[in-house]
Amino acid sequence: MVAHRLVEALRDRDTGGRWRVTVLAEEPRAPYDRVALTSYFSGRDPESLALGDRALWEHPLVELVRGAPVVAVDRAARTVTGRDGRTWEYDALVLATGSAPFVPPIDGIDRPGVFVYRTVDDVAALRGWVEQLKDQGRQVRGAVIGGGLLGLEAAGALQALDVRTTVLQMGTHLMSAQVDLGGGALLRRLIQARGVAVRVNAVTAQVRPGRAGRGERVGRLDLADGGRLDVDVVVVAAGIAPRDELARAAGLETGPRGGVVVDSSCRTADPRVWAVGEVACLDGACIGLVAPGYAMAEVVADRLLGGSAVFPGADTATKLKLSGVDVASFGDAAPAAPGALEVVYSDPVRGAYAKLVLSDDARTLLGGVLVGDASAYATLRPLVGTQLAGDPAAYVLPGLPEGARPGGDLPDDAAVCSCNNVTAGRVRAAVTQEGCTDVAAVKACTRAGTTCGSCLPLVKKLVGTELAKVGVAVSSALCEHFAMSRRQLFDVVRVSGLRTFSEIVARHGTGRGCDICKPVVASVLATLHHEHVLDGENAALQDTNDHVMANLQKDGSYSVVPRMPGGEVTPEGLIAVGEVARDFGLYTKITGGQRIDLFGARLEQLPDIWRRLVDAGFESGHAYGKAVRTVKSCVGSTWCRFGVQDAVGLAVELELRYRGLRSPHKLKLGVSGCARECAEARAKDVGVIATEKGWNVYVGGNGGFTPRHARLLAEDLDTATLIRTIDRFLMYYVRTADRLQRTAPWIDEVDGGLDGVRAVVLDDRLGIAAELDAAMAEHVSAYRDEWRATLEDPDKLRRFASFVNAPTTPDPSLAYVLERGQRRPARPDERAGARPELALVAGARLEVRS
Amino acid sequence: MRAGTDVSTARAGTGPNTPWIPVCRLADLAPERGAAALVAGEQVALVRTVDDDVHAVDQRDPFSGAHVMSRGIVGSRGAALTLTSPMHKQVFDLRTGECLEAMGREPQALRVWPVRVTCGVVEVRRP
Ligand code: SRM
Ligand SMILES: Cc1cc2nc3c(=O)[nH]c(=O)nc-3n(C[C@H](O)[C@H](O)[C@H](O)COP(=O)(O)OP(=O)(O)OC[C@H]3O[C@@H](n4cnc5c(N)ncnc54)[C@H](O)[C@@H]3O)c2cc1C
Ligand code: SF4
Ligand code: FES
Repeated sequence: MVAHRLVEALRDRDTGGRWRVTVLAEEPRAPYDRVALTSYFSGRDPESLALGDRALWEHPLVELVRGAPVVAVDRAARTVTGRDGRTWEYDALVLATGSAPFVPPIDGIDRPGVFVYRTVDDVAALRGWVEQLKDQGRQVRGAVIGGGLLGLEAAGALQALDVRTTVLQMGTHLMSAQVDLGGGALLRRLIQARGVAVRVNAVTAQVRPGRAGRGERVGRLDLADGGRLDVDVVVVAAGIAPRDELARAAGLETGPRGGVVVDSSCRTADPRVWAVGEVACLDGACIGLVAPGYAMAEVVADRLLGGSAVFPGADTATKLKLSGVDVASFGDAAPAAPGALEVVYSDPVRGAYAKLVLSDDARTLLGGVLVGDASAYATLRPLVGTQLAGDPAAYVLPGLPEGARPGGDLPDDAAVCSCNNVTAGRVRAAVTQEGCTDVAAVKACTRAGTTCGSCLPLVKKLVGTELAKVGVAVSSALCEHFAMSRRQLFDVVRVSGLRTFSEIVARHGTGRGCDICKPVVASVLATLHHEHVLDGENAALQDTNDHVMANLQKDGSYSVVPRMPGGEVTPEGLIAVGEVARDFGLYTKITGGQRIDLFGARLEQLPDIWRRLVDAGFESGHAYGKAVRTVKSCVGSTWCRFGVQDAVGLAVELELRYRGLRSPHKLKLGVSGCARECAEARAKDVGVIATEKGWNVYVGGNGGFTPRHARLLAEDLDTATLIRTIDRFLMYYVRTADRLQRTAPWIDEVDGGLDGVRAVVLDDRLGIAAELDAAMAEHVSAYRDEWRATLEDPDKLRRFASFVNAPTTPDPSLAYVLERGQRRPARPDERAGARPELALVAGARLEVRS
Repeated sequence: MRAGTDVSTARAGTGPNTPWIPVCRLADLAPERGAAALVAGEQVALVRTVDDDVHAVDQRDPFSGAHVMSRGIVGSRGAALTLTSPMHKQVFDLRTGECLEAMGREPQALRVWPVRVTCGVVEVRRP
């Protein structure tokens, strides 16, 4: 990982092309994100773990040699030799060999079924082993040796594979390197509550085979205290050892516990040899975290270009979510400073533990530990080394909304983004000196927030404060063409009665519009006047998705999603969809929104596909629009023995009522038939959950990058009141939210927050309820299926020509490959013919290209 | 109709001597919405402005590699006339092909094709 960052940094800055870089990698793949390794178990394919922009490896001055372990370094000749005997010369050599898992010398530890957890190959082997045992129909039992950060992560991964898991920790508590005894005890309870067993003071003495007949594979662990544990799989996560073997053999100095000794410029005693990342030993220690490694990479890049950067010291703060349990530690959590004070807050009922370490005058924050609820982490970590603005307890007590925590201005040298080593001062400078006017620009210019994203709320806050200071009242202008917000624009259009973009921009804006304001105006006009997306001038305003009423895919083809209200579909409907998919050769997949997506349709095929679907009784699912998407439902009282109301019936009714409603962002709804919540309604913008007496309605939920649970708006409503309430909520949102603002952030910002929304929607505090009701009634009666209307209008159909001079000729650049019985876009290497065993296919009927 | 006039000379030549290739009628193009055309085997994105000027650039989006430029939103940025890629929203100046907004990537330009409208017929020439 660190080597990758070095190459990136060097290519970024070495604009004169002074250095040609060769990366010799032992692993068979391009550098990938080891930190996210565990996501491999949740189905991410290893490709998606690749770090950075692939184009880096195509740079003429960069060569990546995969599967090429280096076996020797000759410092006198300045060459390195690979296992296959090839040699490379160097002017500078950077060792970034990372660490190997430390495997304690326990009798029997090399048995089949014992794994380590470091590389994609490791986790793939582990998964394969477990799946093969599962195929035999057994409950698989597993153990993790080591209860640190990595051990708990491995335990989470095993549990996700349905393995009954026990963590064996040698010391007194879990994560002893990061959290203290009290935090460790709570952590253990929280983890056990999630179904992972934990044994502390557990020293493994021997790894033994199972019953006779199962061969040499692991079967049980014997512990030093006489205990034993039956297991089918073991993961060793007992620590890491720096891979300093090359340096050792080349006569370079290594540290007391291993690692290549370097100075603060990351250089070894040999001026041409450097070491970075986990293998580098600085001030007597190696650091097993990625952020300090990235900092070292930046230092070496700078030095290679003649700079004089030095390693600033490591921020070893960590924040994790281990099988859903928040854990964070930062600064000096196990106080070394004399007289340091500890403020401990422990709430076993809520499952939260927090400890702050303060200087002897109880004012300066030195460090801390948070377990169970780490929401204060983003605020506290940058404050380490500074004086707290108020009562320390206020920072960690529960229930304080983010903004209400004592803020205080962060000092300029406070680290804001530890992944990329960005300070508060750097973020400020991006705004004040480099002219960044929003978070996106600051991200691009400083890299803050581009790795794990956990610092983004803080970055946002800083940017906002800084902009406000320089008088750039955080601009609510939509874009350079409209100096007003979406909400203001909505009112202007509504009051003025203007109906075309040309009139609106001439009267209230400047220029000819852009990809931001044109779709916004289209959406506002759609809400107010219910015109077809392709009527008159509207057509030119739409994003390609709305313009062709399908979703653009990576290769320029589209996907088609017919509506299936509430996820309900008849067998005839399924057959019809299946036939269309087969006849047009479309890749078919069930979506997360309980319906079917058909991928790979070409522009000019869309009308033919939709003619078939409309004939079979389907209509547009608006998967392409900032519009109501789906109403997800569970089966409810119709079949389920716990259901207390007809969830599917209500979901269908709601979906048919709100279908086609255009909005500032996508809108999703959900209905669950009882409190078990199988429809995940509280993850939706509007979630309805059945009660014995009626319906509870929740608002402001979403998944995505910042998941939010919907909050209760009203309880035990009858169906008519429920629908009226949702009508008003949705209309109020559609009229007043910002562009691309989903309901959760809108509720945070609208007057009075959730209570304000309640006052408007339920008590008509603003006196606009009748207007909102009327607007929704008009929407419902004006609804027409966009696709049916398009098929009836030859003018609209003309827009689906692939080429103006060859309307039915397919895009000749499209190429497909068969995978698991369906086609998918060919990758560049496959187009280039690098994998001849895969057939390239193109066209509607899967003709095979030679 | 495939505009295949003299493919070989079209391929071989560059500069002012390559022939003009008729593509479609001006009336076939909607104002401020692109259209794709196949020209001697290559894909071109045509854009007609409100003043009935026509601009032509490569249909291939250099960032994503997909042939989609004609399906982007047409607009303006300062004095520039712009076309935004529908894929990842990079913005290009239609007059010069220059990339005005690279969305955090290394900027890459679009190739511009010379265009003229003769007697209501749009003609392009290989760049
Ligand atoms: C097809 C589908 C994935 C799948 O194969 O299951 C999908 C596919 C896309 N999602 Fe999604 N999302 C799909 C369900 C979801 C869900 C799950 C759900 O709806 O229950 C979520 C989380 C729930 C939520 O929305 O809160 C989801 C959260 C997102 C987000 C994050 C939204 C957010 O507020 O942060 C985006 C990005 C965005 O909209 O800006 C996104 C964007 C996209 C886009 C439109 C990205 C793009 O611009 O190309 C994908 C293209 C769809 C296509 O080509 O057809 N998709 N997406 C699902 C279609 C559902 C449907 O039937 O309409
Ligand atoms: C599951 C997991 C979760 C983690 N979570 C976090 C986290 O949340 N936060 C955090 O900060 N850190 C985390 N880490 C640690 C982080 O991954 C490492 O700190 C980081 O990868 C170190 O980078 P590096 O470049 O020094 O080493 P590596 O990423 O290990 O790269 C070294 C590379 O060098 C190769 N190599 C070794 N010897 C040779 C040779 N002789 N010839 C050629 N190639 C060689 C190796 O094969 C390897 O690919 C996690 C690690 C794991 C395994
Ligand atoms: S946008 Fe949704 S569908 Fe597309 S890759 Fe991301 S998660 Fe998957
Ligand atoms: S802290 Fe991870 S991206 Fe900023």
